Amino acid sequence: MIIDRLTAPVTDCARSSSPLRLIAVAAPAALFGALLAAQTATAGVLSPQAESPNAKDIKFLYDMVAIVGLIIFVVVEGLLFYALWKYRAKKGAVAAQIHGNTRLEIGWTVAAALILVVITIVTFIKMPAIINPAPSDIDANGNPVAGSLEFASTDQPDPPAESAELNIKVDGQQYVWRYQYPGPKVVFSYEEMVVPVGMTVTLDISSDDVAHSFWIPALGGKMDAIPGYINKLWFKTTRPATYVGQCAELCGRNHANMYSRVRAVPFDEYQKWYDQQAADIEQSNREAPKQRQAIEKAQGEQSIQGGGSAGGASDDQ
Amino acid sequence: MSVLEAPTAPKLRPRPEILAHTVRREEEGWTSWITTVDHKKLGILYIATCMVFFTLGGVEALLIRAQLGAPENTLLSPEKYNQIMTMHGTTMVFLVVVPIWAGFGNYLIPLMIGARDMAFPRLNAWSYWIFLFGGIVLYASFFWTPPEAGWTSYTPLSSKEYSASGGQEAWIYAIHLTGLSSMLGAANFIATIHNMRAPGMGWGRLPLFCWGLLIYSYLIVIAIPSLGGAATMLLIDRNFGGNFFDPTQGGSTMLWMHLFWFFGHPEVYIFVLPGFAIASEIIPVFARKPIFGYKAIAGATAAIAFLGALVWAHHMFATPMSTVVLAFFMLSSFLIAIPTGVKIFNWIATLWRGTIEYTTPLLFSAGMVGTFLMGGITGIFLAIFPVDWQLHDTYFVVAHFHYTAFGGAAFMIFASLYFWFPKMSGRMMSEKLGKISFWLILVGFHLTFLIQHSLGLEGMPRRIYEYNETAGWHLYNVISTIGAFVLAAGVMVTIYNIVVSLKRGVVAGPDPWKANTLEWYTPSPPPPHNFDTVPRIRSLEPMKDIRRQVEESTGVEQQYRAGSPMMRA
Repeated sequence: MIIDRLTAPVTDCARSSSPLRLIAVAAPAALFGALLAAQTATAGVLSPQAESPNAKDIKFLYDMVAIVGLIIFVVVEGLLFYALWKYRAKKGAVAAQIHGNTRLEIGWTVAAALILVVITIVTFIKMPAIINPAPSDIDANGNPVAGSLEFASTDQPDPPAESAELNIKVDGQQYVWRYQYPGPKVVFSYEEMVVPVGMTVTLDISSDDVAHSFWIPALGGKMDAIPGYINKLWFKTTRPATYVGQCAELCGRNHANMYSRVRAVPFDEYQKWYDQQAADIEQSNREAPKQRQAIEKAQGEQSIQGGGSAGGASDDQ
Repeated sequence: MSVLEAPTAPKLRPRPEILAHTVRREEEGWTSWITTVDHKKLGILYIATCMVFFTLGGVEALLIRAQLGAPENTLLSPEKYNQIMTMHGTTMVFLVVVPIWAGFGNYLIPLMIGARDMAFPRLNAWSYWIFLFGGIVLYASFFWTPPEAGWTSYTPLSSKEYSASGGQEAWIYAIHLTGLSSMLGAANFIATIHNMRAPGMGWGRLPLFCWGLLIYSYLIVIAIPSLGGAATMLLIDRNFGGNFFDPTQGGSTMLWMHLFWFFGHPEVYIFVLPGFAIASEIIPVFARKPIFGYKAIAGATAAIAFLGALVWAHHMFATPMSTVVLAFFMLSSFLIAIPTGVKIFNWIATLWRGTIEYTTPLLFSAGMVGTFLMGGITGIFLAIFPVDWQLHDTYFVVAHFHYTAFGGAAFMIFASLYFWFPKMSGRMMSEKLGKISFWLILVGFHLTFLIQHSLGLEGMPRRIYEYNETAGWHLYNVISTIGAFVLAAGVMVTIYNIVVSLKRGVVAGPDPWKANTLEWYTPSPPPPHNFDTVPRIRSLEPMKDIRRQVEESTGVEQQYRAGSPMMRA
């Protein structure tokens, strides 16, 4: 409809408006088809990656804007190039001394606004599914649950009480991510986060030092880790796989080397990993004092052997 | 030109005017440049200084692209990379795209509105000199340790604890000096445009370039104090034990982000609106048509500025904020697309049914329209906050803001250089070299930045000094790096063109483009007092009226050939 309005003042030279109209109709149609066909093949190059449900909804919004944007792009660039080519200075050509057209101005203002209204409506329809964590596909014992519950609100709430979730505290530190798991045992890991497939994982993201940003592209958006604030994010994996990402907010010299990884494994394997990690941490906690004593002892002997004046506070004395 | 008679209007009240009874000789030599308060000399100083900083920032950009041209490259250490990247951003924003419009504004506004100088010539000189010293302070840090917290200098990374070097202090000092310079310059523009227009030049006859610079000035006055305050708080935090931004002492990182972006987003329109305004001057000249929708364009400029002050938090969509805040900033960002679209349609409608002459300024202006449009469309993606959660802080954003900043501002810097060089120097720049430069810049630019959208979608974050071969980003980065060098070659052609044309360019005459606005009424270059007589303004295009009058009184039609100086019979 933009096209019709723009061609309105030139209908006296009708031959100019017909190829234009053809471009305006054919080009978006061709693009729309091509985009739909190419959509799966081009994920990552022309469109965001998506594995988690929220990432899929984000990708839907992206693709919608991409189609609308491509149509606008083709139409407006088409008009620009057409005008530049068609109305180039030629012998005998006289420029039409037009100062403006109020109806045309109102027309394209309203058209632009209408496009934005459509984008806004679709965005608000999709928004709850992106913000609110989806219910888990499995319960706290790893058994599949039938169906899923519908719920909606604006700020990210906890998933419904009946639904299991895994809440992990994500802590950004120069230049590593630390993941603190819930539960009776002390379990944490660095860089790699292991999660059960099908379980909704909610993240409480914060930072110990400077601002970071936690992002696994295939598992939805990113959230900044800001000291003094807790930021929220969620994802749900659907198959066993490893997803990689890295810190997205400049956090210092080794910002480029602050990697993150999510390894989705079947529930049993997750349980095994959780217990093993807990045992390893407990053991190293037990051995740490011994090791420290050994080191301090060695240092103490060294200083005695050296006959130094440093009496030190070694355990021998 | 001074032999032309001003149109006589016997019934008018005489306009109070200072008359010079003797004409002082024009001062020459290098000391005249240091002591000058003449708006034209200051304008040229601004533009020349900005071009030097543009070259430095460009070299930094090439270093960045060279580093990223290969995976796990060791050309730059992480420390050096962060320094270069910080200097590139800070230079291009604070020392190029904002002050260069102050340069063109200084040179052109008094000429366009028929004034003899700016309202406050000495203040004007001071604005320039503190801008220069701001730049020198920043670049002096190269001899010690340059700042390395990014041009956004987010706390706590920019705090003493994590950025101990004095480079951050240099950054703060440079921000204060260039900010003060912009504020004083803006006050000067506002006073000049409001008070010193030629008789008959009402608001409806003010050239669109002056509208653009007027709104640029108001935006500076609104936005810059926020940055000045934030930088002062950072200075206190770093050196005097303040804790405005220290979360462990009750301060907040988010405070810095809000204060910074309250400045930072209007800043985008501060540097792009004058570019738009110049397109609104150049396109009608070479389409040989009046501007389409003068009121709509002036109104859209004001609307963009108003909305541009209400969208700052869209730079912070990934920070902890409630959904209602996110939604507000999404919708306000959407709204900006409407007045921007109105401008683009009006430019196309101005070309429509014109007789378009393909001069270099027109090519750069058309290149701006086509390129900025793409930056505007990617802006819609980023305005939708869930989509932004994927794209934020990636190369998609890097591509987006270069499409707007380089596409909107830098293309128009080149258009302006080619368009007004004849007025400033009295000589034409080579059209042939200009066209070579344009095509190299256009192709190089799109080669560099189009592929970066895909890099962002593939997961490459901004500001990383290296990436692994396994990430699969190598090929795209190579394409981008090649593009950057093509772009640099295009810029060098223009710089060469400037240098050569200063001495050997064809003599331009007062009005080589057959243009519309009053600066072409004076000789090229104009004398210190600009006008012997200021004509009464009867339309938006006073030069058309004057030409018509000359042709009627002499009976000789003025000959003109596109891209070459106007021949006189």
